[in-house]
Amino acid sequence: MTITTALVGVLSDLEPQQHDTDPAWLAAVRLAALEWVGEHGFPTRKDEDWKYTGLEPILSVPFQAATAGTGHWVSADMIEAVAVDLGGPRLVFVNGNFVAELSRLNELPDGAEVSSFAAVLAAGPQRLESFFSHAPGEHHAFAAFNDALAEDGAFIHLSPGTTVEEPIHLVFLSDSGGSPLMSSPRSVIMAESGSRATIVETYAGIAGEVYCTNAVTEVVLAEDAVIEHYKVQNESVSAFHLALLDVKQGRNSRFSSRTVMLGSAIARHEVRALLRGMGAETNLDGIYLPQGDQLHDNTIFVDHVATNCTSHQLYKGVLDGRGHGVFNGHIMVRLGADGTDANQNNKNLILSERAEVDTRPRLEIYTDDVKCTHGAAVGQLDEEALLYLRARGIPLEEARGLLIYAFVQEMVDRIELDPLRAQIEALVAGRFVHGDHLALS
Amino acid sequence: MLKIENLHASIEDKKILRGVNLELKAGEVHAIMGPNGSGKSTLASVLIGREGYTVTGSVSFQGQDLLALSPEDRAAAGVFLAFQHPVEIPGVGNMYFMRTALNSLRRQRGQEELDPMDFLALAQERMKLVEMDQSFMSRSVNEGFSGGEKKRNEILQMAILEPTFAVLDETDSGLDIDALRVVANGVNALRSEGRSMLVITHHQRLLDYIVPDQVHVMVAGQIARSGGKDLAIELEENGYAGLGQQENADRLPVGSTR
Repeated sequence: MTITTALVGVLSDLEPQQHDTDPAWLAAVRLAALEWVGEHGFPTRKDEDWKYTGLEPILSVPFQAATAGTGHWVSADMIEAVAVDLGGPRLVFVNGNFVAELSRLNELPDGAEVSSFAAVLAAGPQRLESFFSHAPGEHHAFAAFNDALAEDGAFIHLSPGTTVEEPIHLVFLSDSGGSPLMSSPRSVIMAESGSRATIVETYAGIAGEVYCTNAVTEVVLAEDAVIEHYKVQNESVSAFHLALLDVKQGRNSRFSSRTVMLGSAIARHEVRALLRGMGAETNLDGIYLPQGDQLHDNTIFVDHVATNCTSHQLYKGVLDGRGHGVFNGHIMVRLGADGTDANQNNKNLILSERAEVDTRPRLEIYTDDVKCTHGAAVGQLDEEALLYLRARGIPLEEARGLLIYAFVQEMVDRIELDPLRAQIEALVAGRFVHGDHLALS
Repeated sequence: MLKIENLHASIEDKKILRGVNLELKAGEVHAIMGPNGSGKSTLASVLIGREGYTVTGSVSFQGQDLLALSPEDRAAAGVFLAFQHPVEIPGVGNMYFMRTALNSLRRQRGQEELDPMDFLALAQERMKLVEMDQSFMSRSVNEGFSGGEKKRNEILQMAILEPTFAVLDETDSGLDIDALRVVANGVNALRSEGRSMLVITHHQRLLDYIVPDQVHVMVAGQIARSGGKDLAIELEENGYAGLGQQENADRLPVGSTR
């Protein structure tokens, strides 16, 4: 029996007991998804989109599917420690399952519904059906796994014209308690026409624990909707993080997502943005900072289908130790997507001879009236700048930290939520700036 | 204050300094002139500890072996270089940079660090010396600065960091006459009994503004001639021709290990 079939076997054994309350359509989706994985297996390096990210370390761990009630040692203090208070509603998920006692659901404006996937599944599962209507394995095996196993996650519905001012914070904390768990949170965000909200996803875990987060977040923006999204991936460095952010945008909608990758042994953050309504705009950016033996993979697919849409991508990586970074950005401009304005840019700073980065910006254009640019750069610390700082008395390590932080600072500055920016500043600076006398401001 | 003896420096087997001897006393300003490629900027680089040079000889600074120190330790000891080509550092604010530098020096000297407010007050006072306004402080270090602004920013750093020995490496290059006057006024305001300066320049013009106690002419990696400030005028009239005929390159000092 191969590792792959062993994993499918373990998980499919668990499946019937867990999901006996599923409506018939969902049971069918789950079964089809598992069958798809069983038939197609997991991606290998021969797959274009997985060329630089080997899954062997993940597939060799005997994960158990996380169930509700695991991780009961998680306390409110632990949440405070990993998730900065953004003032708005805060939904806490432990091993992928919503925990009401640790969450805070502020009063929300009429027309805004912030709830859990499990609650919606119990009360009105038909509302979720469209999110499972894609072909099994449309994305890849892990997304299919999420189809099969997802029990909980966030459910956010914004009625037409609704604005939620305070950021909605989704905190995913893993506590596998010794035996490796795979959690499969599924979050759904539906922004009806003209609605607006800011959504922050924080992923964290207990230091040193081995677990796997296999998350899918789906965002559907109707006409004129505006969603600002942030994601902080600060999992245990022994853990694995596989995520798909799937975005579908209507006419003149605006979506932005900023990602900060800090944790995990292997982390893959995949974004798929479908610009299907004319005049839609998407802004994707991120920083990834692998060190030690970490691998951070950013795979992005922006699909320009409608006319006059805009997309921007800026990803910056700092690679240290034996860290490995991947930027795999693909822009597709379909026939008829005239007036497309798309660009992508990837910049990398390599600090160690053993670090590695694979950068692969790709444009695929099938129409004429477009403005597309892309670029990639890989460099090292500027020795001349280092000497300049040292010649002014700034010690070597501090000077290095200053220059590294300067490289990513513009990305941190783009975070518009003050408490979140302060947290990221501290986390990022703490990684590179040594010594406590250096106050960054 | 500073004593350079038999200083040799080579880079990738190319000999650039070939036995420089020079002594500056406290409060003195010396100028070094010389043709392109004579080793003037290499001397500056070796004094601040730029990597990549093979160096022999000795440099004693206030009794310390300067060559044994890292660049940051040299700065802490009181050495400063106004760079010929100040480096642009995107993402690092000018004000933040200078405060970090000053506090690094103060820390290494066992002095209390300045908080941002106290530093701001100090910076504002020193900015007047080089006629800079505060908008420069909120920009990234040297980024998008004109040639003249970069040089003024160097002198501002000197004014804030208060070194005991400063090397000015072609601080006048690329400056128009107004900018030259501003920079020179700033430098003159910083002259004091306890502070020595080594002014590297191609042009006698600068020395009309910053009047040196001594002028040295560097040719082929050695000091070919030294004299008073009139030497600069003589060079301006006659050029460097004639000075190289001493063929210093082949005259090895006693005890040279070259």
